[in-house]
Amino acid sequence: MRHEHIETNSGLMILLILFVISIGGLVEIVPLFYINETVEKVDGVRPYTPLEMRGRDIYVREGCYLCHSQQIRPFRDEWLRYGHYSLAAESQYDHPFQWGSKRTGPDLARVGGKYSNQWHVQHLVAPRSVVPQSIMPNYPWLLNTDLDYSDVADRMRALRATGVPYSVTQAEYDANVTKFGKAIADQLDISQAQDNLLQQAREKDFDGMPNRVTEMEALVAYLQVLGTMVDFNKYDEGYFATFR
Amino acid sequence: MAQSSALPAEQYNYDIVRKFTIMAMVWAVLGMSVGVYIASELAWPFLNFDIPQLTFGRLRPVHTTLVIFGFGGSALFATSYYVVQRTCQARLAFPWLAEFTFWGWTGGVALGALTYVSGITQGREYAEFEWPLDIAITLVWVSYFAIYVETLRRRSQPHIYVANWFFLAYILAVALLHIFNNLAVPVSLTKSYSLFAGVQDAMTQWWYGHNAVGFFLTAAFLGMMYYFVPKQAGRPVYSYRLSIIHFWALIFLYMWAGGHHLHWTSLPDWVSTLAATFSVILLMPSWGGMINGIMTLSGAWDKLRSDPIMLFLITSLSFYGMSTFEGPLMSLKSVNALSHYTDWTVGHVHSGALGWVALVSFGSFYHLIPRLWDRKIYSQTLIYVHFWLATIGIVLYIVSLWVAGIGQGLMLRAFDDYGNLAYTFIETVEFMHTPYVWRALGGAFFVSGVLVMVYNMAMTVRAARREQPVIEAKLAKA
Repeated sequence: MRHEHIETNSGLMILLILFVISIGGLVEIVPLFYINETVEKVDGVRPYTPLEMRGRDIYVREGCYLCHSQQIRPFRDEWLRYGHYSLAAESQYDHPFQWGSKRTGPDLARVGGKYSNQWHVQHLVAPRSVVPQSIMPNYPWLLNTDLDYSDVADRMRALRATGVPYSVTQAEYDANVTKFGKAIADQLDISQAQDNLLQQAREKDFDGMPNRVTEMEALVAYLQVLGTMVDFNKYDEGYFATFR
Repeated sequence: MAQSSALPAEQYNYDIVRKFTIMAMVWAVLGMSVGVYIASELAWPFLNFDIPQLTFGRLRPVHTTLVIFGFGGSALFATSYYVVQRTCQARLAFPWLAEFTFWGWTGGVALGALTYVSGITQGREYAEFEWPLDIAITLVWVSYFAIYVETLRRRSQPHIYVANWFFLAYILAVALLHIFNNLAVPVSLTKSYSLFAGVQDAMTQWWYGHNAVGFFLTAAFLGMMYYFVPKQAGRPVYSYRLSIIHFWALIFLYMWAGGHHLHWTSLPDWVSTLAATFSVILLMPSWGGMINGIMTLSGAWDKLRSDPIMLFLITSLSFYGMSTFEGPLMSLKSVNALSHYTDWTVGHVHSGALGWVALVSFGSFYHLIPRLWDRKIYSQTLIYVHFWLATIGIVLYIVSLWVAGIGQGLMLRAFDDYGNLAYTFIETVEFMHTPYVWRALGGAFFVSGVLVMVYNMAMTVRAARREQPVIEAKLAKA
C-alpha cells in the first residue's frame, strides 16, 4: 500500500492510527490481569479497616504521594534504610495505588510501627520540631478537624464494587472468616463500619485525644499499618524472587 | 482558487484561535507562577504558611494541570484549529461546537485547580481530576475530534498535510488514555475509587502518564512544529519520507514505554524490560522529528541571526533532541536505579516541558499573533529579551536539578568502610537546599520571560484595536 492512500483518506488514517496505538497497551497491560504470578501468593495482606481506609483518603487528599513513595526497591541501601522490597501483593487492595514517583521525603511503604503514635502526631503538626532540617509542610489542621465518618459505609461499598472484599452478605462474611479469620472479617463487614471505626479509635487512640476522633487519628492509623501485614520471617529467601 | 480573493481572517475562523491563544498565555502565567511558588516551598518550607490550600501536596497538581492542560492544551487547541484550516483551506467545521470546546476546556481546567486546592483529587499524577470533570473533559474531547475530522473532510486538497497526522494521532491517543486511566467507582460527586488496584493500577497510570508526555506533549507539538517551522523558514519540510517513517514509528513505540516509570518495583520484570527496550528504540523516531525540523532550515541558517522567532523554534527542537536522548538513557534500568525518585526526573521533564513544549509554542505564537490580529508585532527586541530570559531560566533549572538529583542518588547509595549507610535521608534533603534555590531562580527567569511576551502581545493587540476603527472609517469612505 502506498502512503498516498492513507494520507488522502481520513477514515483509513484514523483506523490505522487506532490500530497502531492500541498494541503496546494490549500487550503490556492486559496480561497483568491474567498471569497468576503477577501478584505473589502471601498470607497476611488484608483490606484496610474503616479507620485506616479513611486515613488513606486523607493521605490522598493532602497529596502525600507527591513527595513520598510507597515502593521499596530490591537494593541493599533500600533494604537497610526501609526494609524488605515491596511486593505486588501488599498493594493489591490499594485503589488507587500510591507507589509515588518522587522521594522528596523518605519512602513510607514500611513506616508502620517504626515510630510511636505520639511521634507521628508531633511530626505531622510540626515536622521541624522533631527533624530540624525537614522541608515538609506543617499539617496542624489534621488535629483540629474531626473526622467525617458519616459516609464510611458508602466508601466501603464503592471499594467493594472495585473488588475489595468488604462484605455485605453472609456468604461474603463467611468467605472473609475463612480467608482472614473472624477478627478481621468483622472489621470488613460494611454493616458494622461506623462502630468498628469508633472502636478502633477508642482502643488505640492514635491522636492522643481519647475523647475525639480527628483526621489525625485516621491518618496515623493508616501510617501505622503500612508494610506491617506480611510476616517475612515465614518465607524462605528466594521465595518471592520466583514471582518476578 | 476561489478563496484567494477573500482575506484569510474572513475565510477562516480566527476568533476561536485568538481565544485559545489568549487563554494559553493566561494559563502560562498562572501555572508557571504556581510552579515557582512550590519550588520555593521546597527551598523555604515556611511558605506553606500552615494553610491547607497552599501546601505543596495540593498546589503541585495545580501547577502541573495549569501548565500541561491549561497552557499546553490551549496552545494545542489554538494551533491545531489554525493549522487544520490553513492546510485544508477550509473553514473550521461546527463553529458552535468549537465555542463549546473553548468554554468547556477553560472551565474544566479552572474547576480542576479549584478542586485540587480543596483536597478533591483522584490521587493519580497528571490525572487528578475527579470523575465529573473527567466526563466533562471527555465531552469536550469528543467534540474536538468531531470538529477536527469534519474540517479534514471538507479539505480542498486531496492530501492531508503531515501536521494533521500528528494532531489526529494525539486526539485519538489522548481519548484512549483518558478513558481507560480514569475508570473509577464514584462514592459522591467529589470522591471516587480507581477501578484497578496495585500493580495493574500502576501500569495503567504510567501507560497514561508516559503517553500524556508522548502524545499530548510530543506528538501534538510535533504537529505544531511541522506547520510553523517550514512556514517561518519559508522552506518545505526537509524530508517527506522521514516524516512518514518517524510518524508511524513514534506513535507505535511510545505506547510501549510507560513501564520504564516502574523499574525495580512490584511490576513484573518482563513488562519493565520490554518498556526499557522500546524506550531505547524510541530515540530513533524522536530524533527523526528533530532532524526533519532542524534540517528544514538548511540553506537558510542565516535566519537564526536575523529572526528571533526562528531562534525560538530551532532552540526548542534542540531541547527536544536533548531530552529525547536523556529519556532513553534514564529508562535503562541501571541508570534508573540512581535517577528514579530523585529530582533528575523533574529536571528531565522540564527540559522537555520548558525547552521543547513551551519554546515551540512561544515561537508559533509569535508567528501567529501578527496574523491573528493583522498587526506587526509591537517589539522585535522584546522577543529577543524573552528568548534569553527563557533560555537562561531553563539552563539554570536543568543544571541545578542534575546536581540535586544525581547528588541525592549518589548519597543515598553510599556506604562507609563498615558497610553501613553513609548518609541519612535527611542529610540528602539538607544537601538539596542550594540546588533548590537555584531551581526556583531558574523558574523565575522563565516566568519573567513569559511576562515580557504577555506585554508584547498586549501592546500588539491594543495597537490593532486602536487602528481598527480608523481602517473601518477609511473603508466606509471608499
